[in-house]
Amino acid sequence: MLKSMDKMDFKVVLPEGRLTDEGRCVWKELSREKKLDFYRWMVQVRQFDRRSILLQRQGRIGTYAPMAGQEAAQVGSALALSKEDWIFPSYREVGVNMVAGIPLKQILLHWMGRVEGNRFPEGSRVLPPYVPIATQLPQAMGAAWAAKMKKEPSVAVAYFGDGATSEGDFHEALNFAGVFRLPVIFFCQNNQYAISTPFRRQSAVPTVAERAAAYHIPGIRVDGNDVVAVHIAMEQAVSRGKQGEGATLIEAVTYRHGAHTTADDATRYREAEEVEEWVRNRDPIHRLEVLLKAEGLLTDADIRDWEEASRQVVEHAVKEAESVPAPAADHLFAHVYEKMPLDLIKQKRDV
Amino acid sequence: MSEITLVQGVCAGLDTALREDPRVVVLGEDVGKNGGVFRATEGLWEKFGEERVIDTPLAESGIVGAAIGMAVNGLLPVAEIQFMGFIYPAFEQIISHAARLRQRTQGQHPASLVIRAPYGGGIRAPELHSDSTESLFVHTPGLKVVVPSTPYDAKGLLLAAIRDPDPVIFLEPMKIYRSMRQEVPDGWYEVSFGQARKVCTGEDVTLISWGAMVPVAEQAARAASDEGVSCEVIDLRSLYPLDMEAVIDSVKKTGRAVIIHEAPKTAGLGAELASRIHEEAFLWMESPVERVTGYDVPVPMFALEDAFRPSVERVGAAVQKVMNF
Repeated sequence: MLKSMDKMDFKVVLPEGRLTDEGRCVWKELSREKKLDFYRWMVQVRQFDRRSILLQRQGRIGTYAPMAGQEAAQVGSALALSKEDWIFPSYREVGVNMVAGIPLKQILLHWMGRVEGNRFPEGSRVLPPYVPIATQLPQAMGAAWAAKMKKEPSVAVAYFGDGATSEGDFHEALNFAGVFRLPVIFFCQNNQYAISTPFRRQSAVPTVAERAAAYHIPGIRVDGNDVVAVHIAMEQAVSRGKQGEGATLIEAVTYRHGAHTTADDATRYREAEEVEEWVRNRDPIHRLEVLLKAEGLLTDADIRDWEEASRQVVEHAVKEAESVPAPAADHLFAHVYEKMPLDLIKQKRDV
Repeated sequence: MSEITLVQGVCAGLDTALREDPRVVVLGEDVGKNGGVFRATEGLWEKFGEERVIDTPLAESGIVGAAIGMAVNGLLPVAEIQFMGFIYPAFEQIISHAARLRQRTQGQHPASLVIRAPYGGGIRAPELHSDSTESLFVHTPGLKVVVPSTPYDAKGLLLAAIRDPDPVIFLEPMKIYRSMRQEVPDGWYEVSFGQARKVCTGEDVTLISWGAMVPVAEQAARAASDEGVSCEVIDLRSLYPLDMEAVIDSVKKTGRAVIIHEAPKTAGLGAELASRIHEEAFLWMESPVERVTGYDVPVPMFALEDAFRPSVERVGAAVQKVMNF
């Protein structure tokens, strides 16, 4: 199947909520629970994202990187992973992190400027958000290398955007992964803009996926707003990795509905018609909603109930995060070294 | 026990670590089949195989990034950067990630790794091979930085670095890779970080240095002693954490200090040492601290490297200056 996906855009659910011919086979293999899981997670993630933007506007969290529009790419891919798999995310991956079991409270603490938000539940294999672009790719590759050496059945996933594909670390990581056949997945959410810079300015090659050929690894291009297509592509990449077949590059073509961050004004560089097209006609949640309703798996009442439940989950997390006591000033010194050097002990006394 | 050189001390340390700890892997450019361009990994590839002594693509950021990922996933990687002058593509991985992962994850995913790099000049190397930018790493919280100047310390510091839970920059003075031999124990032993080595004791001036400048300081001390000046020579060994106790104790005794390093003067580690001596031993001082360093110019091509690197004569002049203040 992978081979057949190499050269084309892989689609299951079309924007209007209809299954493709190829998609019909995939869809009927999925359990009812799985289909609803896709939907519920995407709604939950969107509720969190909306609330986070408001929290930023109210001064309750710092600058936030909205991800609405990219729910399918994040939820569909993360649901294909298990807890032994490593995740090296960028800063726009709250959806991935939520699916991977990171408590919303921790995610909020991070955006509240609290380093404690970066510590995840015991045994978690999710790293904190990588801010310098593409730096997580070589590290995911290294984690995958260690897994291979230890003969662990796990993959490592680096999540990044289209801008990251211009960085040297993208090339270095994919090159190593190809040479050593490492169980790493490079998951690119091509939302078509790196802040203001359109993808055609990042790359003369029209797609990210075709770059994989240069590293002798498969490159898959999927409709990133089609949660099922993303999920299937990711499942196959995971399976390849775990069977010793090496790395995969996935390009999920998507669009961020909002700005780069709450400090950005996207109207300066994106046409209103373009945004309108993606928000109204290509939304990842809407198409699944239409399909699930048509299949009799979802009613308007279910939708209202789930949205309300999601809102409550988020509200609870906001309360939890905001009730964490402020850190003491000398928390600055915590965990800089395993054992605090003498000079730091002295400096800590001065705080 | 066997009598070996500094570079063989490095190799012996790697050999011991690879043999005794299955988590240890060595990776870098030409470290495998070729045994390293300086032979610091000679024989390891044959002994431990290409999965643990890994010839990588030529990509410093990829090497260090991979090592960080390996460390996060439970290995103890020792990455080689072929020359310190080529470490800069990996700078972001070191500064933004290796140094900070422990703190950023609040202890959950520390990066316990070693990055080895030959450094400094004096071997007529081609252009841009001879940098001595240890201060950049000493200035980065979360890193430890060590520099051996003897075969014994090369092996012992390296084994300590591999077992150290924090990321360690391990700098190897290539000028003295083969300039002396020393008896070095077989098997695992460690030289603790943060402990300077007193090379010789003296009463009048403390000479503080590390790496390839230690033999220069020693020669200057011998020359000074011919003129009746008694020098104490300290080899810092560990640039972070610093053994300020050893430095301050010595300076309080002698009342004079000369710091010798190859790196350019401005904001070099000598500036920090001079400041700390000022803060902690001001009332004991007979003269201001002197620094003998590289000049604030790009490390030159080798035709002028002897003019750039501190010489025995320049150290001698500084000793005279602090004696005659």
